[in-house]
Amino acid sequence: MNDFIAARSQMALSLGFHIIFSCIGMVMPFFMAVAHYYYLKTGQTVYKNVTKAWSKGVAIFFATGAVSGTVLSFELGLLWPEFMKHAGPIFGMPFSLEGTAFFIEAIALGFFLYGWDRFNPWFHWFTGVVVGVSGLASGILVVAANAWMNSPAGFEYINGQYLNIDPIAAMFNKAWFSQALHMTIAAFAATGFAVAGVHALMILRGSNVPFHSKSFTIAAVFGCVAALVQPLSGDISAKDVAIRQPAKLAAMEAHFHTEKSAPLIVGGIPNEAEKKVDFAIELPGFLSFLAHGDFKSEVTGLDRIPKENHPPVAITHYAFQVMVGMGMAMMAISVLYFAAFWKKREWLRAPWLMKLFAIATPLGFIAVEAGWTVTEVGRQPWIIYGVMRTADAVTPMPGIAYSFYLFTAIYVSLAAFVVFMLYRQIKMVGKLYDLQ
Amino acid sequence: MLYIVITYLWASILLYLLLGGADFGAGIIELFTSQKNKQVTRKTLYSAIGPIWEANHMWLIIAIVILFVGFPVIYSTMSVNMHIPLTVMLIGIIARGTAFTFRHYDAVVDDMQHLYNTIFAISSFTTPLFLGIIAGSAVSGRINPQAGSFADAYIFSWLHWFAITVGLFTVSICGFLASVYLIGETNVEHERLRFAHKAQFFNIAAVACGALVFAAAWFEHIPLFDWVFGNWIGRIAILSATLSLVWMWTLLYQGKIGLLRPLAGFQVTMILLTTTFKHFPNIIILKDGGYLSLTEHAGHEKTIEALGWALLLGSILILPALFYLIYSFQKKPLAYGSESH
Ligand code: HDD
Ligand code: HEM
Ligand code: HEM
Repeated sequence: MNDFIAARSQMALSLGFHIIFSCIGMVMPFFMAVAHYYYLKTGQTVYKNVTKAWSKGVAIFFATGAVSGTVLSFELGLLWPEFMKHAGPIFGMPFSLEGTAFFIEAIALGFFLYGWDRFNPWFHWFTGVVVGVSGLASGILVVAANAWMNSPAGFEYINGQYLNIDPIAAMFNKAWFSQALHMTIAAFAATGFAVAGVHALMILRGSNVPFHSKSFTIAAVFGCVAALVQPLSGDISAKDVAIRQPAKLAAMEAHFHTEKSAPLIVGGIPNEAEKKVDFAIELPGFLSFLAHGDFKSEVTGLDRIPKENHPPVAITHYAFQVMVGMGMAMMAISVLYFAAFWKKREWLRAPWLMKLFAIATPLGFIAVEAGWTVTEVGRQPWIIYGVMRTADAVTPMPGIAYSFYLFTAIYVSLAAFVVFMLYRQIKMVGKLYDLQ
Repeated sequence: MLYIVITYLWASILLYLLLGGADFGAGIIELFTSQKNKQVTRKTLYSAIGPIWEANHMWLIIAIVILFVGFPVIYSTMSVNMHIPLTVMLIGIIARGTAFTFRHYDAVVDDMQHLYNTIFAISSFTTPLFLGIIAGSAVSGRINPQAGSFADAYIFSWLHWFAITVGLFTVSICGFLASVYLIGETNVEHERLRFAHKAQFFNIAAVACGALVFAAAWFEHIPLFDWVFGNWIGRIAILSATLSLVWMWTLLYQGKIGLLRPLAGFQVTMILLTTTFKHFPNIIILKDGGYLSLTEHAGHEKTIEALGWALLLGSILILPALFYLIYSFQKKPLAYGSESH
């Protein structure tokens, strides 16, 4: 494996690992706050048990999220020193604010996890909400930093020099809003479906049904609302990408030839040699509509983009298909769930619905990983779009492949540990919170 | 504004050394504690640092963010030439953070605990060791961006006696801080005595390692002696640290523990002060005699301005909350094993 590929793979692995924990860290505090609220309002112990059981799981995820995040802040330099040398001062603003958000999150977490029966109950509840709000804030900030890589702003690039730096303008670049919105909703959808799925499985097994039903409902409502609005925000993102990064859009759609009334391609195998997509279903005009809101408009294809600036087409295309596919599936489940809510109450506990949710457990996270693949691979060969090439940013140190193998081993074992922990937590629910 | 940012950088390094250091030290103590006393140590440790564990480690992140936003050349030079020790340190951070949490939150208590404890104790030792190695290397004059061979560029930049002794010195400081800290966390007389013995042990270790650092510096032609004793600030700081150490031990033998922590903190602060003062504003010394300096290699003015404001505003939000957190849990410590966490 060559060093450049190894560095990219290590970055992708570390980010792909961290994002799972950060999504959970951002969203679970809100689920807990709801359960906690019901407990304080109704006094039913089952809600207290739900809150506590979740908070133990979350503590595990938080610690893993915190260490993997710490690793990332070093890895940016370890793998991409040339990038950080120039980009650090420009896109650093969100990171410096994020430091505050993390700190507040860590403090509030201390109060929340260790504060049972110690503070005024509503103060304690409030610290839980603060954990969630500061987590969301840090997520939005770091996505703004990533958006800057897609849509550089806040400096002038003259003769290889980065001049007139304005960190605030860099933070509010053109891509930050669409990306932050889409990511935030994605975090809710993915975590909601994952948590609901696990509890649905436990309901199917018939263990501690009251406990798992309450948990399921909270997670499912959050997840389904998010899954319903996600395609709308995805549409905003797509329109935005069409303007800012035509090469990425063309790669997502495997759109080789510039044309008017461009068709939307579903499925298929991109054939880069012959510049066509084999075995695809074509929806005429829909790509033009998706990109510019008009069935007739022209969509830039890869033929307009110099060969050396093409992102890898196949990966970007497959990843996009996977994200949208998962999005549609989750949306369908959400429609069913809400239909049941309003029209057919008896469906709500029907085993087939629980089975559907149990099967859907990983869908949201698959979509998140796929979506990030679209964003990041679709930006290639640039690390700062249009300004610096990824290949020019990589560390001069040889032997990064070994570093990649090492980190792969670490992340795989860490993931195994977390799953093991969680399995034990869930297995012990009956013992720890002996219900009725 | 630049000086405000530099102050924050120094303060976060100091706080990480003090708070994170005490935290590492607690694990180091476990490593040096006989089997039968381990459980008690762990118990005291958990009730002392559980709630502030996350916050203690945030100082490292703050320092790193200040470096890469405000001083990108310094950050990227360190990242390239210190790649290997930084990676080892990161692995230590991963192992330690997760083992600490896993051992507490594992719903089933069985043999796995043994594994978590071992990982926790070992990584508590290696992480500060490599932090010290990195800090020592920064000023050792071994970093050579023009190095031709792999070994010169990426290995001998940090693998030399000076850096290693600084690493060991850091480890003993962490052990010392933690033992002094833990003395105040228990009310049981013989446990208190045990932590006092540990403090003594690490104090002696720190002095011995300190001597080794000077020996290594002399051996490798690093003018450490001159940096520390060649100016008034250094001499006063070392003198006052020594006096406060004597004072601290007198208090300890009299059984008065109120002032122990501030005194230990003061000593470590003085050590950091003497070792950084002479160099200021240079923080990396290169092989060719060149320097990377906090004033000359700072980022653009507008960046520093924005960073300074972000830090100032952040402190207004963070500090009161942090103090309240520490205060609340000092007032009424956690009961170990209580289900209410
Ligand atoms: C639950 C997860 C999820 C779901 C269901 C979807 N997405 Fe997504 N998508 C993400 C999770 C995600 C993400 C992981 O959060 C990304 C990566 C970067 C970002 O900002 O969001 C993303 C990126 C992303 C981008 C690239 C943005 C950029 O590079 O700036 C586009 C164009 C879309 N999405 C479009 C869609 C469409 C049209 C969807 C219709 C169903 C959709 N997404 C569903
Ligand atoms: C957490 C969600 C994220 C995921 C899953 C993710 C995924 C990826 C992937 C797959 C790559 C490799 C692309 C390739 O080389 O073909 C990559 C590269 C990279 N990402 Fe991200 N990314 C995420 C967020 C971010 C954020 C928030 C930042 C920065 C602030 C960032 C910075 C980088 C950098 C510097 C690279 C290496 C350079 C490059 O390949 O262009 N990423 N990421
Ligand atoms: C889209 C990508 C990302 C999102 C949404 C995100 C979000 C979060 C969130 C919510 C946390 C809180 C801890 C938790 O919930 O477990 C966290 C932790 C952390 N993240 Fe990320 N992050 C992303 C990428 C990155 C990148 C690229 C870096 C580094 C440059 C980074 C650095 C950190 C650090 C240092 C922590 C630990 C903070 C603590 O101790 O609480 N993150 N992240």
